[in-house]
Amino acid sequence: MQLKGKDLLGLAEMTAEEIDLILDTAARMKEIISRPIKKVPALRGRTVVNVFYEPSTRTRVSFELAAKYLSADSINISASASSVAKGESLKDTARTIEALGADVVVLRHPLAGAAHLLAKTINAAVVNAGDGAHEHPTQALLDIFTVKEKKGILKGVKVAIIGDILHSRVARSNIWGFFKMGANVVVCGPATVIPPEVERLGVRVYHRIEEAVCEADVIMMLRIQLERQKAGLFPSLREYSRLYCLNEERLSLAKPDALIMHPGPVNRGVEISPEMVEHPRSVINEQVTNGVAVRMAILYLLTERGG
Amino acid sequence: MKLIIKGGRIIDPVARKMFFADVLVGEGKILAIGTDLGGEGEQCVAVDARGKLVAPGLIDMHVHLRDPGFEAKETIETGTRAAARGGFTSVACMPNTDPVADNKAVITYICARAKEKGLVNVFPVGAITAGCAGEQLSEMADLKAAGAVAVSDDGRCVANSGVLYRAMQYARMVGLPIIEHCEDAGLSAGGLVHEGYISTVLGLKGIPAAAETIMVARDIILAEATGCRLHVAHVSTAGSVELIRQAKAKGLPVTAEVTPHHFSLTEEAVVNFDPNTKVNPPLRSAADVRAVREGLRDGTIDVIATDHAPHTVQEKDVEYGLAPFGMVGLETAVGLVWTKLVLPGVLDPVEAIAKMTVNPARILGLSKGTLAVGADADITIIDPEREEVVDPARFASKGRNTPFAGWRLKGLPVVTIVGGKIVFRREGIIDGG
Repeated sequence: MQLKGKDLLGLAEMTAEEIDLILDTAARMKEIISRPIKKVPALRGRTVVNVFYEPSTRTRVSFELAAKYLSADSINISASASSVAKGESLKDTARTIEALGADVVVLRHPLAGAAHLLAKTINAAVVNAGDGAHEHPTQALLDIFTVKEKKGILKGVKVAIIGDILHSRVARSNIWGFFKMGANVVVCGPATVIPPEVERLGVRVYHRIEEAVCEADVIMMLRIQLERQKAGLFPSLREYSRLYCLNEERLSLAKPDALIMHPGPVNRGVEISPEMVEHPRSVINEQVTNGVAVRMAILYLLTERGG
Repeated sequence: MKLIIKGGRIIDPVARKMFFADVLVGEGKILAIGTDLGGEGEQCVAVDARGKLVAPGLIDMHVHLRDPGFEAKETIETGTRAAARGGFTSVACMPNTDPVADNKAVITYICARAKEKGLVNVFPVGAITAGCAGEQLSEMADLKAAGAVAVSDDGRCVANSGVLYRAMQYARMVGLPIIEHCEDAGLSAGGLVHEGYISTVLGLKGIPAAAETIMVARDIILAEATGCRLHVAHVSTAGSVELIRQAKAKGLPVTAEVTPHHFSLTEEAVVNFDPNTKVNPPLRSAADVRAVREGLRDGTIDVIATDHAPHTVQEKDVEYGLAPFGMVGLETAVGLVWTKLVLPGVLDPVEAIAKMTVNPARILGLSKGTLAVGADADITIIDPEREEVVDPARFASKGRNTPFAGWRLKGLPVVTIVGGKIVFRREGIIDGG
């Protein structure tokens, strides 16, 4: 079995079988990175270009390591350091990168749909590393991988996603992914940051975190962007925190073995209390490790498909 | 040189009827309508209209010709060529040019340029406020004297209700209708697509339906208060349709238009992030599309106008968020009207033609839009059986930004006559008789 498309743009267009394939491949990759010498020659002679139009440390480093462990050559282009600052369009930048011989282009971009535009423009495989508020499929895949690893199954697992759903690409990708894998997804946040008609994606909506986390197997807290408060989407961080911060009391409403997840970086004391970050049931650091394995799997599957 | 259009079915949108007759044209006027007009042996070009509909020349009361200032997008020459190819014999062009048509000089330029290079009649719309900035009233009497047929800050809404109130008082005095682009910037700011399921799925900032509807409500209230004629541009929401219906029931001087894209497409068209679907107001929900079609059917919406908004390829071929709003419409309008409204039975051919002829002519005060002896010989011949696949490469417009590329449309303009002169003949149409 192979991935159907040349690109990984989002989980909206992916089937459960493809997600399973990525999860199974990631499990093999995770074994590789647990070895003392974490390197295999699978992508020797291949070039992976990370193009980041937004600052990002963890996703960029994760992709970079994934490429290196597979013996691919990888280079990073950040918006400020490239011709982007000179007004070159995304399409022209993409054609240049392709002409330089890239096999895979990893794109992080502040505008929704940027990865789709890139994928239509070039023959190289495109991996969406986050496009605006649209999708962040590799983050969702690593989240799904982490839950499956811990829980053994995905079907019927209750996943509560808490925070600014409206502006979250992580939430969108996770909603698609977990729903396709048979999980029971609920979302929760202030009414001003719940996107319209989100129920049509198969989720239930709550405004009270106490209801959302009730009997949950997984609690996924989203980073609250501090500028959202300035944009008038909620009155104050103080009130946000009072209503939505994950703490011991709220955690106690979930199942006793519920996982605490967060895509990072964490605003301690805003959406999640410091004790919850360090809690024995927190898998926040394992998410990071799994991210490398999942991205290795994606790079491998996309280049394998390309022949 | 005379022209005789033979064997066609005449659409008379004033008498609301269709009948078979020939039309004899000379000196730029309609000389006669009846049977057996030809065969006098004099110098006369015959147009075979058998199996076709002969309508008054179509009027598009909402286009952007981009001239002066944005000639890379369109010029008066290319825009009127596109109009002719689309079956339109007259267009009203919006004032958001550079410089803005907020003064006599720009209106005079447009009229002069249209006379020199235009293939169809051009009626300029002046700005409501200086620079379309929503603050200082433009010199409306001067604009009217120079040839403006209405005023509008199209592209923007007059945000300050006090400014619009005074603009309506003044426009009424001058005798110009106000064409309003209804949009509450506080609700729409930063928005790219209709706020709903698709904005949720794509993570694109939404423009709620309320952003339009709330301003339609305000504008109707001001039209009632001032007695000014209000024409609501590009209606896209069910709420707007309902408010306009109520206003008409009260007898208020309110009219409205809808674009072909707003009755043909829903928000679903955006799913592949095609920037050619980016338009303001945005493509709305299926319920909104049903409501505007019902508004067309029951007469709440008077006019079909394209909001033809050409842009260059490089401006549109970018990330969705960076692309400018707007799509071209002149060359797909009739095909969409026939395919989406007439063939499915939403409108009969007479009603459809009325919304593109006599209705806009009345709103703008033009002595056009009828097929009567003595009227200007502006005539559009439509072949209701003609089918074509939309190919933007063949557009006469400089703009290629259409979401309808590849659509098969049935019911197309085949001959366009302006002032008794044939200005467009669709491929395969030859003189004869």
